[in-house]
Amino acid sequence: MSASLTKTADSALTRKRFQIKDKYTLFLMALPFLVLVFLFSYLPLYGWIYAFYDYQPGIPLANTDFVGLQWFTAMVSDQVQRAEMFRVLRNTFAISSLGIVTSILPVIFAILLTEVRNSKFKRIVQTLTTLPNFISWVLVYSFAFMLFSVNNGFFNHLLMSLGWISSPTNILADDNHVWLAMTLWGVWKGLGWGAIMYIAAITSIDSELYEAARVDGANRFRQIWHVTVPGIIPTYFVLLILSIANFINNGLEQFFVFANAMNMNHIEVLDLYVYNIGMGNSNFGFATAVSIMKSIVSLFLLFAANGLSKLIRGQSII
Amino acid sequence: MATRQRFTLFDALNYTLLGLFTLACFFPFYYLFINTISNNDISSKGLVMFWPKGFQLSNYENIFQIPGLGMAALVSFGRTVIGTALTVAASGLLGFLFTKNQMLGRRLWYRFIIVTMYFNAGLIPWYLTMRNLGLTNNFLAYILPGIVSPFFIILVKTYVESTPIALQESAQIDGAGNLTIFWKIVMPLITPILATIAIFSAVGQWNQFQDTLFLVTNPKLFTLQFILYRYLNEALSVAELMKQAMSGGGSVANLALQPTPTSIQSTVSMIVVIPTLLVYPFFQRYFVKGLMIGAVKG
Repeated sequence: MSASLTKTADSALTRKRFQIKDKYTLFLMALPFLVLVFLFSYLPLYGWIYAFYDYQPGIPLANTDFVGLQWFTAMVSDQVQRAEMFRVLRNTFAISSLGIVTSILPVIFAILLTEVRNSKFKRIVQTLTTLPNFISWVLVYSFAFMLFSVNNGFFNHLLMSLGWISSPTNILADDNHVWLAMTLWGVWKGLGWGAIMYIAAITSIDSELYEAARVDGANRFRQIWHVTVPGIIPTYFVLLILSIANFINNGLEQFFVFANAMNMNHIEVLDLYVYNIGMGNSNFGFATAVSIMKSIVSLFLLFAANGLSKLIRGQSII
Repeated sequence: MATRQRFTLFDALNYTLLGLFTLACFFPFYYLFINTISNNDISSKGLVMFWPKGFQLSNYENIFQIPGLGMAALVSFGRTVIGTALTVAASGLLGFLFTKNQMLGRRLWYRFIIVTMYFNAGLIPWYLTMRNLGLTNNFLAYILPGIVSPFFIILVKTYVESTPIALQESAQIDGAGNLTIFWKIVMPLITPILATIAIFSAVGQWNQFQDTLFLVTNPKLFTLQFILYRYLNEALSVAELMKQAMSGGGSVANLALQPTPTSIQSTVSMIVVIPTLLVYPFFQRYFVKGLMIGAVKG
């Protein structure tokens, strides 16, 4: 009895000694990586200073004029600029809203797929619809280019040989339906992948619930409506709330590759706009100011989404 | 389903709908492929639609004669292998370290990393920082920024916490140091999650395009994605490359084998997508599991 007690005390002591030594070695092991995070995530915040200078590439910051909030006020004070900001925000919100509207599609897809009883068909569908998620937007654009180009694209040829249209249309340079086209490409790329989470949620629904529903005389639609749908609604809401946090971040790549002189008016979302004025026109000061505004709005949306999540689910997302 | 149900109208509609969408997902890949193996003259007129016409493989034989393409393939391949290896190692080690209560300032440093998921300084400040760090026209720009990835660290940390701690303790009592414990005890236990991370990271590296766009002007460091983008946008320069590739080929080749802008664009696209298609069947079973673990944490 006493021997085993001593032994426990002994090992506790050893463990304690290890811990004190570990305290620093464990930290030192992590240190190089913490430095990387500092360099690539925190150091750029210092670059916000460019938003307060009239910075010209090539001239050191010390030799350039401090302009205070000029770039920020320019966004709203100048009429032309205000119209530009309005246009870009309109595009951003339109495309994000369409993204949220279509976020229901993966749910429907997941429900339909789980209703398929032929397991081979099911597997083929899932494999092939997930594939587009793993290719780059550049490649998606390459597909679009091959399928929709005016002179030798697949669709113009098909529709003309069917006699549905008499002359080829240039879908890639169409400014009127850019929002729709971008949303559809997003759906094409992300639907199968987005459904995986819902399929997992459906799989984890207790099968006794379905049996009980059947005993109660529920047909397939009633089973879907009363068992499957309630089973995945919580997952849907979590993802919906997360998408609110990203409302202002459309990303750059998709719009960058699809943009051209013809469709720029409606495709230029905030991220692309920052790129165009910053990297394209070398107007670093103004582009940084827009970036800052975007980061602030983004954080605000994140906290709003988090609050919403707490309110609805009693659980925060960050 | 326990009881055998008959094939209803709903099933018919469902199979049709899913079948059509599957076709829409798959067709572009197929269309691109049949165009690369068809008579280039027919293909450039857009007449290859559902099956190959005038089968030939010259596009794949000639493609790497285009100046710069072999180098780009090497750069893409190199960044994928090196970047993935380092990301997996860093995610594994950091995920493990952050389960150690005794680490100095563990909670603080964990947050220090996780917070970066939710904010970023913006494109221009990031670009200027990279420039000041000397990471323009530098291969390291492809590697260093991606090594520490908050999401992957969350995945590993969650996973390590689900493994029995007693194994680590007994190894420690046997005199193993932290690195030995990590390497010999923890690593084998968390292989599934590391495989998932490797897959995501590799796909991300292979598909990355923006860093080349912002940071690289030296053609020796161009990636395949970037080259493809340029070909898609600069039909004229593609025509120029075409001439060069042909003069390298020598003979006054027949029209069927002559590269066209279409054939070059589609063949480069295939070169970009083939590695993904080759590894995809193997990693498909991993990512579902990996994603589920991520979903638990939200």
